[in-house]
Amino acid sequence: MKRVEILKTYKIYSGGKFPRTESGRYYMALDKKGNPIANMCLGSRKDVRNAVVSARKALGAWSGKTAFNRSQILYRIAEVIEGRKSQFVEELILQGSQKNSAIKEVEDSIDRIVYYAGWCDKFCQIGSSVNPVSSSHFNFSTYEPVGVVGLIAPQDSSLLGLVSLLMPIIAGGNTCVVLANESLPLCSITFSEVLHASDVPGGAVNIITGHISELIKPLSTHMDVNALAFSGLNELKKEIDLFSVENLKRVRSYDLNWKNTDTQGLHYITDFQEVKTTWHPIENIGGATSTY
Amino acid sequence: MTSKNKNWEYSPSLESTGHIKLKKKYDLFINGKWTKSSSKKYFKTINPNDEKLIAEISHANQNDVDLAVKSARKAYDTVWSKMPANERGKYIYRIARIMQERAKELAVIESLDSGKPIREARDIDIPLACNHFFYYAGWADKLDYAFPNRKISPLGVAGQIIPWNFPLLMAAWKIAPALAAGNTVVLKPAETTSLTALKLAEIIEESGLPAGVVNIITGHGDTGASIVNHPDINKIAFTGSTGVGKIIQKAIAGTDKKATLELGGKSANIIFDDAPLDQAIEGIVNGIFFNQGHVCCAGSRLFVQENIADKVIRKLKHRMKSLVVGNPLDKNTDVGAINSKDQLQIINKYIKLGKKEGAELYQSTCSIPKKGFFCPPTIFTNVAQSSILVQEEIFGPVLTIQTFRTVDEVIQKANNTPYGLAAGVWTDKGARIFNLTTKLKAGVVWANTYNKFDPASPFGGYKESGFGREGGMHGLSAYLKLS
Amino acid sequence: MKNQNKFNLLPLSPTVDKVGVEERVSRFQKRSIKTNSKMDGLKMVLNMIDLTTLEGKDTPGKVRQMCYKAIHLHDSFPGLPTVAAVCVYPSMVGLAKSMVKDSGVKVASVSTAFPSGQAPLDVKITDTKYAVEQGADEIDMVISRGKFLAGEYSFVFDEIAQIKEVCGEARLKVILETGELATLDNVRKASDLAIYAGADFIKTSTGKIQPAATMQVTYTMLMAIRDYYDETGIMVGMKPAGGISNSKLALHNLVMVKELLGDEWLTNEWFRFGASSLANDVLMQILKTDTGKYQSSDYFTID
Repeated sequence: MKRVEILKTYKIYSGGKFPRTESGRYYMALDKKGNPIANMCLGSRKDVRNAVVSARKALGAWSGKTAFNRSQILYRIAEVIEGRKSQFVEELILQGSQKNSAIKEVEDSIDRIVYYAGWCDKFCQIGSSVNPVSSSHFNFSTYEPVGVVGLIAPQDSSLLGLVSLLMPIIAGGNTCVVLANESLPLCSITFSEVLHASDVPGGAVNIITGHISELIKPLSTHMDVNALAFSGLNELKKEIDLFSVENLKRVRSYDLNWKNTDTQGLHYITDFQEVKTTWHPIENIGGATSTY
Repeated sequence: MTSKNKNWEYSPSLESTGHIKLKKKYDLFINGKWTKSSSKKYFKTINPNDEKLIAEISHANQNDVDLAVKSARKAYDTVWSKMPANERGKYIYRIARIMQERAKELAVIESLDSGKPIREARDIDIPLACNHFFYYAGWADKLDYAFPNRKISPLGVAGQIIPWNFPLLMAAWKIAPALAAGNTVVLKPAETTSLTALKLAEIIEESGLPAGVVNIITGHGDTGASIVNHPDINKIAFTGSTGVGKIIQKAIAGTDKKATLELGGKSANIIFDDAPLDQAIEGIVNGIFFNQGHVCCAGSRLFVQENIADKVIRKLKHRMKSLVVGNPLDKNTDVGAINSKDQLQIINKYIKLGKKEGAELYQSTCSIPKKGFFCPPTIFTNVAQSSILVQEEIFGPVLTIQTFRTVDEVIQKANNTPYGLAAGVWTDKGARIFNLTTKLKAGVVWANTYNKFDPASPFGGYKESGFGREGGMHGLSAYLKLS
Repeated sequence: MKNQNKFNLLPLSPTVDKVGVEERVSRFQKRSIKTNSKMDGLKMVLNMIDLTTLEGKDTPGKVRQMCYKAIHLHDSFPGLPTVAAVCVYPSMVGLAKSMVKDSGVKVASVSTAFPSGQAPLDVKITDTKYAVEQGADEIDMVISRGKFLAGEYSFVFDEIAQIKEVCGEARLKVILETGELATLDNVRKASDLAIYAGADFIKTSTGKIQPAATMQVTYTMLMAIRDYYDETGIMVGMKPAGGISNSKLALHNLVMVKELLGDEWLTNEWFRFGASSLANDVLMQILKTDTGKYQSSDYFTID
């Protein structure tokens, strides 16, 4: 007799834990032919709220880590996925990918994570500056994370799209609340298990599954979310822009095919950074006439 | 023989207005020509020192905005985007140089029209405005170096709306980087302070800049709204209130218009007990009384470590005695006129509210002119974080003073605001400075100084103080498409 | 309580940020002093000058002539004040005293092994006693900068306190020689030290070391005076000396005193300029303001 398989229960990832949605609701993820493949949590606005609270709480811990340490943690994420490659490939196939393209998507995702792991302790050196002001002051500008970022995961790719925007956001020290790909949600939850096993502090990344149309509003009107990222969704752009006005969220919208190799780069990190400029007087005493 | 011990006062020392040239009526500067508005309407610009008429200013309507945008588009398509970058830079250098030549005239007009002390217009506003053009002129042919690995191109036509607190300087902050990056411009100054922008139009005319590259149109809020809503504008740059900033954001929601917003603030200025105290007092004064407190990054919330609070307040009160409030054109004036009657009413409303909230008021005892719009330097002690006075931007010479006990407490309170434009920290301890400058959520942090500006130094806020940076290399990205 | 014992009361001096001081000072320099306030200011400056000769080659002849000038600054222009004092070496005090008589001009004498101060305390005491006995109204002592820089603050403090005792009725000006103290933090610390040890005046420099009375240094010392006054209600005088050679700079100093300390200090009881060539420049400015014509130094006496 064939062994009875243990089926996976997909839950949301919030505050470093895997609760069910507080709403108790679910929706079915379907395969290409429309057959149900899993019951997903149908997240609610309260799930969004809880996730934002967790993300805010985790901001100090995550942004306070040394850039080098963040780099190691991102690399660790890549390592863990590498070991669980087959699980992601299976999920992608289950969601309708061809085997070859599923393998490629997982491999590209791993490479992209490694790419951003490498940026963590470097991007600041590139965009920062010492500004030669015309007074006796030392003046420098450097990056700081914008804070809590809401990310609506790209809806056209299950894993690579998520990774392509989430990695630059957290590489820069932000924490994030992700609305997962609605129709291809499996990888995002499995990915959260990877995050959980990779020394990413609880709450730094929160992933909620559900109806994008329902969750966009609580996320983009949330006064404690500092920035918002999404890809495509052109028909929702105006609505999201309007929702974001009240606390002047930094809205970053992209319209890209994340499978392209040129959809990674420094600016995806700096899009979620604030520039801070610091001044301090320079005491000019002595040595003024020194010619070395 | 000993000297008589009578008080030694400064005699009036008025800057001469003999050399400035002002027209009675100003039209719109569109496509390199002075153009009458199709509204046929003019409004008055007055001197806030004596409420006398200075000139009449044209009120641009939708048609005028349309004409200005068309001329900017045409100049962009046919001339400016085709011009070699170094040539573009040379025009910007020319503008800088002519501004320097006419600096005195600009300073006097700025002081007349805005109410700011001539000393500040002469020593701060005008030189900084000239320097801003000079700084960005040099960037025009070096943009590739600012954004490694990116393909850059200008955005097109930039619509720029500026406030009345630093009229010419804000025009420079907007126009210089826009031109350097290869855009053309439609700029609208604030209705109470149009004159120096119009003088800048004369300078631009004198510089031979191709027609339509910079268009300067005057008017009220409706003129600004027409710019914001114009479909052929690619970029909105706005400096002003957070309220209007949000209106603009809503207006451009869903469009491809890029925006930079430089909005309000309620910046914390924090004094620790080991600070260089007398310099900190200067920092407080410079932070809140500079330009009558009409400064978005004004250090309007003072936090003093409790063990030195009495001393700091005593010193501050003493320092306030030597602030000269009066005719902006007097070279000894430290605090000039409030920009407009409306603004004075707003400030007075807050002062009244402060008293009602039970805060303790202290105002400079200096004499205040009878005519014109004046407000003596004002401080409020005995306020709490929850006082309205502490939470809302007043945009006038009104300071609130709170005390704190620990580093942690003051960081929390300083960040406990929807704004995040600037902050000041005063302590002799380097390690503490870096702790605070890192943790304060503000785009500009002044340590052991306050209210310093420089073309090379990026400026702009966190949170509801807006987004985007102006100044320095970072200021360029606001005017470029990067791909 | 003897002054020496007050060392323990000496407060911790606040730190001083030089760039901030420079900015503040530049604001004084931007004050525009015109018409009446200029004329009043210039006359005030004249009346605050300690006309000074402190050279190895000083002779009775030189001192006699300088004292005459102190009382007769420019007799062809009536209504001018005299200077505040003449400042000489102890050996010239008697002579100077006999010259100024009851003109109101005081005689100040440097002492304590001026200008270096590198002598034992008993020599400094003898030096001071001699000047006082000769009739000096004011004693300009130097602090031991070497000891100060070596961190021996209580030594410096005690020395000042002991000289103060020897002064008796004479007012004590304590010269910090700020050019050797190098930083404004040191200037502030030395100012506090001198004031708490009993100085009636604090003074920037001997005139032998550059830089001398920069406005930054004077500012720093004035703030020490201000703080002491706020704490105790006791006024202390200020004397910038060396380097103030023109009217404009002198007027800017007055502006600074007015704004930092107040009009009470704008008298020669509390503010002095130590200078040798300032008087003539001020006289030329007064004549220029009066006549509207620019002046030539040929018309102003050198003594």
